[in-house]
Amino acid sequence: MNEILTLLSFGDMGWGDEIALGVVTTVSLALASLPIGLLLGFLLALAKKSEEPALRAAANVYTTIFRGLPELLTLFLVYYGGQILIQQVLSLFGELYFEVNAFLAGMVALSLVFSSYASEAFLSAFRAINTGQYEGANALGLGYVQTMRLVILPQLVRLSLPALSNLWLILLKETSLVSIIGLADIIRYSNMAARTTKEPFLFFSVACVIYLVLAVISSGGISRLDAWAKRGETSR
Amino acid sequence: MGFMRFATLATLALLASAQVQAKEWTKVRIGTEASYPPFAYTTADGKLTGFEIELGNALCAELKIECEWMPVDWDGLIPGLVAGKYDTIMASMSSTPERKQHIQFSKKYYQTPPGVAVPNDSKITEASVEGMSGALVGAQVGATHAVFAEDILTKSEVSLYPTADEYKLDLESGRIDAVVDDVVVLSDWLNSGGGNCCKLLGTMSPIPEIHGEGVGVGVRKNDQDLADLFSKAIIALRENGKYKEINDKYFDFDAYGE
Amino acid sequence: MSNDSIGAPGSYVQSQIIQAKAPPPVPSSRPWTPTRIAGTAWLTLWIAAGLGIVWFLLNSNHVALVFGGDGLLPVSITHNAKFLTKYGEKFISGFIVTLKLVGLSMLLGVSLSIPMTFMRMSKNRVLGGIAYGYVYFFRGTPLLAQVFLIYYGAGTFRAPLQSVDMWWFFRDAWNCAVLAFTLNTAAYQIEILRGSIENIAKGQREAASALGLPRWVTFWKIILPQALIISLRPYGNEIILMIKGSAIVAIITIYDLMGETRRAFSRTYDFQAYIWAAIAYLVMVEALRRTWDRIEAHLTRHLKR
Repeated sequence: MNEILTLLSFGDMGWGDEIALGVVTTVSLALASLPIGLLLGFLLALAKKSEEPALRAAANVYTTIFRGLPELLTLFLVYYGGQILIQQVLSLFGELYFEVNAFLAGMVALSLVFSSYASEAFLSAFRAINTGQYEGANALGLGYVQTMRLVILPQLVRLSLPALSNLWLILLKETSLVSIIGLADIIRYSNMAARTTKEPFLFFSVACVIYLVLAVISSGGISRLDAWAKRGETSR
Repeated sequence: MGFMRFATLATLALLASAQVQAKEWTKVRIGTEASYPPFAYTTADGKLTGFEIELGNALCAELKIECEWMPVDWDGLIPGLVAGKYDTIMASMSSTPERKQHIQFSKKYYQTPPGVAVPNDSKITEASVEGMSGALVGAQVGATHAVFAEDILTKSEVSLYPTADEYKLDLESGRIDAVVDDVVVLSDWLNSGGGNCCKLLGTMSPIPEIHGEGVGVGVRKNDQDLADLFSKAIIALRENGKYKEINDKYFDFDAYGE
Repeated sequence: MSNDSIGAPGSYVQSQIIQAKAPPPVPSSRPWTPTRIAGTAWLTLWIAAGLGIVWFLLNSNHVALVFGGDGLLPVSITHNAKFLTKYGEKFISGFIVTLKLVGLSMLLGVSLSIPMTFMRMSKNRVLGGIAYGYVYFFRGTPLLAQVFLIYYGAGTFRAPLQSVDMWWFFRDAWNCAVLAFTLNTAAYQIEILRGSIENIAKGQREAASALGLPRWVTFWKIILPQALIISLRPYGNEIILMIKGSAIVAIITIYDLMGETRRAFSRTYDFQAYIWAAIAYLVMVEALRRTWDRIEAHLTRHLKR
């Protein structure tokens, strides 16, 4: 038992501090991908419900690709392919250099995947909002932006929140894939610790427990958010 | 307007490439894989060290170039070099024909044969194609020795691992019957107490078509001058005894090969 | 048009054919609204990217377009297409390994999830608690961590596993992968089944009990068939998630489609390896999604109003 505690302690002998660093990387990667994914997902949903067939088709191609590819492959495509592509473009302008590092690649890939699933969540929320709401807003003389901001978005948040929370939990788990391209997240550090100490079972169990704790914390946050989004309902 | 812009860009690009040709190498970034002891590895306090790292620093000192080491995963070494993440590779990478299609190498700075390690209680008695018939053999994906294992050990099944550390775990647990890797890497692991489980069975003769001309400094195809610089420096270190000095810190034989 | 066939001579026969009225004018050009510009630009970008990829694949395989050649096809692959000749077969075998892994894990997952769903829904606190913990663990942690835990974790327990004669099972990476995937998918399937069983209207149960049907008849003949139909869509999604998730087994030395891709890339550094893999996965997932939609539409046709 003591041995295990030493292995998990913070300091030179233990891997606690390294794994804590990994947690920071995992959480910041998920937090960095979330807003981009949400924004892209919202724009995609707008495109999908637009009356313009070309726009709908283009948005559907996007979601077909990023929901169909394995997340790991998307990550490799961004990490290696993105670098090659950017380098080709930059080489047209002389000796410029831009590095697609593992964090950036992870952020881009996870945002792409997240946004294509989020667009579906937003789209079904849009569909759940009655046309009467738009007509009512119109009758009140609200413009497009105002209608969106004051009437539609608040309902959209409430309606899409359950699906989005689910996507957030998936996103949190999917960050583990970046360990494969070398980013030092929870899994990467657990893997290093497992190899060095020859205690794979211990360290991968620890990694699993950390992910569970992150999920529990997220669920707590989500139910608060949910209560906040539904505050209009409860007062009825 | 469009044409003018294109012409300007093209001229700029030409100028830029002309500059590359005449570039003075004052600073060189070196990509390496830091989990391959004793050649290149990370110590407990996070420092890069190993035979290759010391040799690389000596080469840079000889060339009066400032060197910066960048640890990279093995899989990403060549793509990273081609994409310009660093200028050279010193990561126990042999100059093989397949790799030469993408990058080029300096003259070799070491060459050691492939070795075979097996668990202590193994029934395998001989490091040969026949001796390892029917065995499950581990190797590191993308490494020359993995290509060797796949193409030469035709009577064995080959399992490929992302790094050497993982096949070590699986050899210890008895999941695989043998591993093929650089004999120096294997004996370093077995001697360092990490391998109470296992023993070195022997070496096999390298195949020139697979193992190439030994381990060299990898550079991009258009950096011939950099490859030449390193080739010269390697020969200089061989002659002035610095190579032997570093070699003797790590090995009791000459890693340069014949 | 002629009225001769009527055969009635008379003055009312029109000597000239009445000219058909021109159809109402088709709005030949829709206005170029910002959304239309954006949509067209985006679509053009996709088409350009698609053509770029096709060009890249043709170019890196030295495929020559020979028009009017004596071959059957106007396209010929030269001897330089080393990548395809060398790795084409391996990609196919990797593809089959992926299908096998997903198929086997899904089947085993189904057989594990049905009894576990009963546990999960049972009133017994201990049984319910165990099933809940199981589902929570496997849905709350990354599949990658589970695979590592089972594969490398088992390696630590070689001696105890050998003493119960189980080591032969865990020794093989394939078994570990199937085990991890089965446990993972079963957890998701339990939730799918439970959700749809609970979704069956209470009235169905009440009607069955009013008819005096025993509980098991109610379950097998009334509840389960409806629940399975409701869960068709989430089951389809789960298969797709498994296909995509299976890409990580390459890390534990299994040569599935992703494993073969990584092997090919690590030997050739040719980026087309990843492009081919992407195409294969997309085709696999899209084909499955479309067939599944059809199956679902067919099975639920009686529910359409």
